[in-house]
Amino acid sequence: MWNFVKERWDLILYNALQHANLVFQAVLVATIVAILLAVVVNKFRMLESVANTLSAIGLTVPSFALVGLLLPVTKIGATTAFICVAFYATLPILRNAVVGFSQVDATLLESAKGMGMTELGILMRVRLPLAWPVIHAGVRTSVQMSMGIAAIAAYVLGPGLGGYIFTGLTQAGNENAVRYALVGTVGIVFVALIADLLMLLLGRLTISKGIRA
Amino acid sequence: MTETGGTNSDRAISGAELRLDNVVKRYPGQKVAAVDSLSLTVPAGEIVTFVGPSGCGKTTSLKMINRLIEPTSGTILIDDQDIRSDSATSLRRKIGYVIQGGSLFPHMTVATNVGVVPKMLGWDSAKISARVDELLDLVGLDPDRYRDRYPRELSGGQQQRVGVARGLAADPPVILMDEPFGAVDPITRQRLQDELISIQRELGKTIVCVTHDIDEAIKLGDRILILQEGAQIAQYDTPENILAAPANDFVADFVGAGSTLKQLSLTRVRALDLNRPTTARVGDDTAPVMQHAEQAGDETVVVLDDRDRPVAWPWLRQMRNNPTVRGEPRENLLTIDQAATLNDALDTMLTSTHSKVIVTGDRDRYLGVLDFETVTDHMRHAEREAAEHVEQAQRENGVPGQGRHERTPEDSHD
Repeated sequence: MWNFVKERWDLILYNALQHANLVFQAVLVATIVAILLAVVVNKFRMLESVANTLSAIGLTVPSFALVGLLLPVTKIGATTAFICVAFYATLPILRNAVVGFSQVDATLLESAKGMGMTELGILMRVRLPLAWPVIHAGVRTSVQMSMGIAAIAAYVLGPGLGGYIFTGLTQAGNENAVRYALVGTVGIVFVALIADLLMLLLGRLTISKGIRA
Repeated sequence: MTETGGTNSDRAISGAELRLDNVVKRYPGQKVAAVDSLSLTVPAGEIVTFVGPSGCGKTTSLKMINRLIEPTSGTILIDDQDIRSDSATSLRRKIGYVIQGGSLFPHMTVATNVGVVPKMLGWDSAKISARVDELLDLVGLDPDRYRDRYPRELSGGQQQRVGVARGLAADPPVILMDEPFGAVDPITRQRLQDELISIQRELGKTIVCVTHDIDEAIKLGDRILILQEGAQIAQYDTPENILAAPANDFVADFVGAGSTLKQLSLTRVRALDLNRPTTARVGDDTAPVMQHAEQAGDETVVVLDDRDRPVAWPWLRQMRNNPTVRGEPRENLLTIDQAATLNDALDTMLTSTHSKVIVTGDRDRYLGVLDFETVTDHMRHAEREAAEHVEQAQRENGVPGQGRHERTPEDSHD
C-alpha cells in the first residue's frame, strides 16, 4: 500500500488539489447564487415555502441521476461536474440564507432605513452581516456535502479524487482495486477535513464578534 | 437671567422649525383615517412630545416626518422646505432617528454604530472618530472604554445612550424619537430623561418624541401634543398650561388625577437653591479637607475628579484613615441632573443613605447638593400658591372648577 501511494504521490496530490478546487469554485458560485435567490425570496414572502420545498426536493434527487440528466446537454467533462456540484451546493446555502435573512430583527431594518440607508446599503451593511453566521453554517455544510458529490461527478471525467474510486470499482478483483478505492476515499476525507478547518477559520474572520455565539 | 431651559431664547439653537400642514394618512381598506388632517408647528429648538392612547396615530405621525410612512395628502416642511423636495434617503440622513432600546446594530462596535450616518455622508474617518468620541462623552460614556465594545456588552441604559449619540451623529437639526426610553427600568429611564434634557439644553435641537407616558411627556416636553383617535389634536400647549387648564374632558382624563403632584414633575431641581458643602479633589491631603468640613459643620465631603465630576461622597469617618482623599466609596454616590424634576429628586433621596442628593450640570459637572428640607419647603410654598391661584380663578369665573379653557399664565418654575 505504501509503495502504491509513494509511486503515485505527485498525481494524488494534484488530484486532491483539483478536487478541492472544483468544490471551492462550485461552492463560491453556489453561495452567490443562493444569497441572491434568498434576497428575492425574502422580498416576496410567499416564495419562502416554495424555496424550502424545492431545496428539499432537490436534495432527494440522487446525484448520479443528475449527472445522467446533464450529460446530453453539457457532455462529458469538467463542466458537467461543476454544474452538478454547484447545484447541490446551492441547496443548503439557500435554505440557511432564507432562514438567516428572515431572522434579522425588523426594527433594526426600519431603524437602518430611518437613518437613510439605501436598500443595497441595508443588504450589505445590515442584513448580510447579521444573517452571515447562519449562511456561513450553510456554506460549511455545503462544502462537506460537495466533497462527496464531486467524487460522483468524476464519473463524467470531472477533475478530482473521485476518479480513483471509479477506477477501483471497474477493476474489482484486481489486486490494486481496493488500493485505488482507498486512496480516493481517504484522500477525499483528508481534503474535507482541511476544508472544514479553513471554513472554521473563515467564520472566525468574517463573523462579527458582536454576534458570535 | 442666568438659567436657560424651557422656551427661553438665550441659548444656541441648532434645530429647525418643523411644520405639518393638513397631513392625512389613510390606509387602503380602512374607513377611518389613521391620521386625519394634522396641522402643527414645532418651533425650532424645542422638544415636543406626542402623547396619546395606543392607536391614536402618534407613531404614524412621527414616521411621516422622515418618510418611513408617506402621507396620503398634506405637506410637511422643515425650515420651510417641503420634505419631498429631496430623496427620502437624503432627507433621513438629515433627521436623527432614535427608537426604543437604541436599536443598535449588534454586529457593529459602538463607534461604528454612532458613525453610520456620518459615513454615509462621506465624512473622512478622522472626522468621524473625533465626532464619535465627542458624542460618547456627551452622553456620558467614556470613549476609551466604550468605543470598541459591541452592543451586547452594554447595559440597556448604555445601549440607549449610544442610540441617542447615533441619532445626534451628523448634527441633524431635527431628531425623531419613538418611545426612546420604553425599554429600560424606571431608575435608568429617569436618568436618561435627565440626560436628554441636559443635552438638549446644550444643543437646542428640534426634537419630536413619541411616548405613551404622560409623565414622560410632561417632563421632557417644552410643549405637549395630546392626540385622540385619528391623530386629532386634543390639546397642543406647554405642560404648565395643559395641567392648569385641560382643553376638554379627554385631556383631563388623560392627564389624570393628582395634577398637583404632577406639578412636582414640572419643577426642575435647578429652580431650587442648592447647598454647597465641602468639596475635595481626588489626591488632596485629607487633614485640611476634614478641618474645613468640620468647621462648616458638614458630615460628608463631595469628592470630584479632574473634570469636576463627583466620584465619591464619603462620610468624614470614612475618610479619617487615609492620608489623601480617595475616589471611594462609590456605592452611595447618587447624582441627578439639574434638569431632574422634584419628583425624581425625592425618589433618589429616599434611596440614598445621605437623604440628600448631588446635583450635576452639563457633562456631569458638580453643582451642589439638594436636601430634603429645601424640597419640602418649596412644595409647601408651591401648594400655597396653587391654592391662591385656584381661589383667584374661581373668583374671576364665578363658577368653581370651570377655568378650563382659560390660558393661565403660570409663573413657571424656571
